[in-house]
Amino acid sequence: MYLSTVSRPVTDPPETGPHRRRLAMVSGNVVALGAVSLITDISAEMVAAVLPLYLVLGLQLSPVAFGVLDGVHTGATALLRVVGGYAADRFRRRKLIAGIGYTLSAVAKLGLLLAGRSVPAIGAVIAVDRLGKGVRSAPRDALITLSTPPEALGRAFGVHRAMDSVGAFLGPLAAFAVLLVVGESYDAVFVTSFCVAALAVVVLVLFVRERPPGEPTDGPDDPKVSVREAFGLLRSRPTRRIVLAAALLGLATIGDGFVYLLLQRRADLDLHWFPLLAVGTSLAYLLLAAPFGVLADRIGRLPVVIGGYSALGAAYLLLAGPVDGWPLIALTLALYGAFYAATDGVLIALAGPVLPTRLRTTGIALVQTGQALAYLVSSVLFGLAWQAWGPGNAIRAAAVAVAGVLVVTLLLLASPSRLVTRKVPR
Amino acid sequence: MTALSTRAKLGVVAASAVLLGSVAAGYAATAAEPARTPPSATGDQAVTLEPGARLLAITDRHVSTVAAADPAGPRTVSGLECLRVYAAAGIGVCLKPETAWSYQVVVLDAALRQTRAVSVPGLPNRARVSASGRMVSWTTFVGGDSYTSSGFSTRTGILDTTTGATVSSLEEFAITRDGRSYRSPDVNFWGVTFTADDNHFYATMSTGATRYLVRGDVAARTVETLKENVECPSLSPDGTRVAFKEAIDADPAKGWRLSVLDLATMRVTATAETNSVDDQAAWLDGGTLAYTRRQDDGQPDVWSVPADGSGTPKLTIPGAESPAPLG
Repeated sequence: MYLSTVSRPVTDPPETGPHRRRLAMVSGNVVALGAVSLITDISAEMVAAVLPLYLVLGLQLSPVAFGVLDGVHTGATALLRVVGGYAADRFRRRKLIAGIGYTLSAVAKLGLLLAGRSVPAIGAVIAVDRLGKGVRSAPRDALITLSTPPEALGRAFGVHRAMDSVGAFLGPLAAFAVLLVVGESYDAVFVTSFCVAALAVVVLVLFVRERPPGEPTDGPDDPKVSVREAFGLLRSRPTRRIVLAAALLGLATIGDGFVYLLLQRRADLDLHWFPLLAVGTSLAYLLLAAPFGVLADRIGRLPVVIGGYSALGAAYLLLAGPVDGWPLIALTLALYGAFYAATDGVLIALAGPVLPTRLRTTGIALVQTGQALAYLVSSVLFGLAWQAWGPGNAIRAAAVAVAGVLVVTLLLLASPSRLVTRKVPR
Repeated sequence: MTALSTRAKLGVVAASAVLLGSVAAGYAATAAEPARTPPSATGDQAVTLEPGARLLAITDRHVSTVAAADPAGPRTVSGLECLRVYAAAGIGVCLKPETAWSYQVVVLDAALRQTRAVSVPGLPNRARVSASGRMVSWTTFVGGDSYTSSGFSTRTGILDTTTGATVSSLEEFAITRDGRSYRSPDVNFWGVTFTADDNHFYATMSTGATRYLVRGDVAARTVETLKENVECPSLSPDGTRVAFKEAIDADPAKGWRLSVLDLATMRVTATAETNSVDDQAAWLDGGTLAYTRRQDDGQPDVWSVPADGSGTPKLTIPGAESPAPLG
């Protein structure tokens, strides 16, 4: 229902009464970014779906060689994400930086063809793909916040994330369709994936705007954002608090791999069904992202984020609790998908208005990087907890951590005057 | 750019879609693999797993045999498609495509007739039969859901063909590491080789960044670590030595050296094969190892080398993989 009326720009003239605004949905720029994400995710998930087949059956790589591919690029990606965010702000070229990110990932698909059987080359190609993903997220989200009035940010992110997950859903289907036609020619999947990704770049170039229509372009006299100013971002209390809260919340997230592994063990699920656990989560995410975004605009973003993490805590408790079999799977996946729907975009919607427009991309990159690094730490900690206490107690400890982090987050962020009603400086 | 009307932009997008679509379709048309036709049986008799002076191997994804005395000579190829095969005492195990996306472990009698089939998750990698033909084991890779997040793991299963008892994953077994009880979510097992009692076995266990040789007990459902940096063990016919691949400088990124471990002294002897070997070797006799080596383009050949570190590697079955002695 959100997608059918989205093309109406939210910046429509005066009749923008409360009722009118609800109908106005999201701006053209958000729809364009959503379309780019949708198409890009088809491309990315096509490759993700066949890469194991390609590496193991096509190239005959062994498990440890594959482990090497996993790589330790997270640190470098995190740094470059912030650098990319800063460049987008300094040159006021968010669209360009996002476009570079999308292009890098597209080119990486062709790189898989050229890498051949070389494990280091495949590792490098995957690193480039990750780099592209890291570089584009912050400018893309910054463009969403800059094309949307603050009071409609939740809905804008909800619609964007829903479109994104539709692409993630279609990708594996597209890959299998290609393989059905061409047989075991993984090359054809990579080339198709590249073509799909290139189409996304075309859509980005043509339809995504650097700034909303009517927005004055920056005068040549406006001082450029300096590195000093970017560092100063962390000296501002509200920014520091939101980055800290995002990282803390990340620390309470043990990662999909562990959740699905525990679920499979608890429910004694046949391993064949394992990949469908991720599909179930995506489905819940896809269906709930837009409604939760709208809800966030109505009742406030912080309550929705808190609700999302409560759903995460509840999912953890379920994994340690008395429920078994299919009810356990259905409930856990619904809660887990709800967690993503209530937090992924909504957290950025919460952060966006706190960050000054001039440094919006850098700020969003900081929030996302803080989270990404925290995920890394939390998955290591959870692995250690599992070794020390066993899976049952480890997941109970994770649930306790969620509760603790929620209290701290409330203390950090619950000052409505600063976070909810503050207007975006234009 | 801004001068373009929405209609013109949509036109450009449509034209790009058509252009990129034809690129993809054109590539697919040239890349499409011709349907795999099973190579017709050559030689007079059909492939059999009856013990005899022959070697079993996979040729172009099909089960085949060659004479042990003339392995590069005439080859008997069956219509049975397998990605990995092994046999002993007239019992075979084949990791076979079930649908385009799934595989099954098939237990074969001497005439390649299927006696049991177990559907397995993931992609086939290793297969073994105990010397008596009673115990069967396999390893598959189970893929992660997203390649931008971590996530490849292995599943190793064991089947007792006399009772039908199945261990679907060795991860269910209790682990003793360096004398102490151990558990971790990142434990993976691969490459089982059985001892003569059809209960004990050796295998690889990986956790953290370390790969261990473990000795396991099927009845007791336990494994214990013996030594680090030993992968894909293969027990010698007399049960005294284990052929394995040893990661160079304990770093799999640098490749593997095919080596032999003496279980009594725990001394390691590297074989004369200096190319990286990523395979679970097979003992052709008490002193010779056979293994798959890949050419730069991925084409496999079966090579053999003395197990005591002497001699030089010898190309044994060109264009084949997954060797096993039938004699």
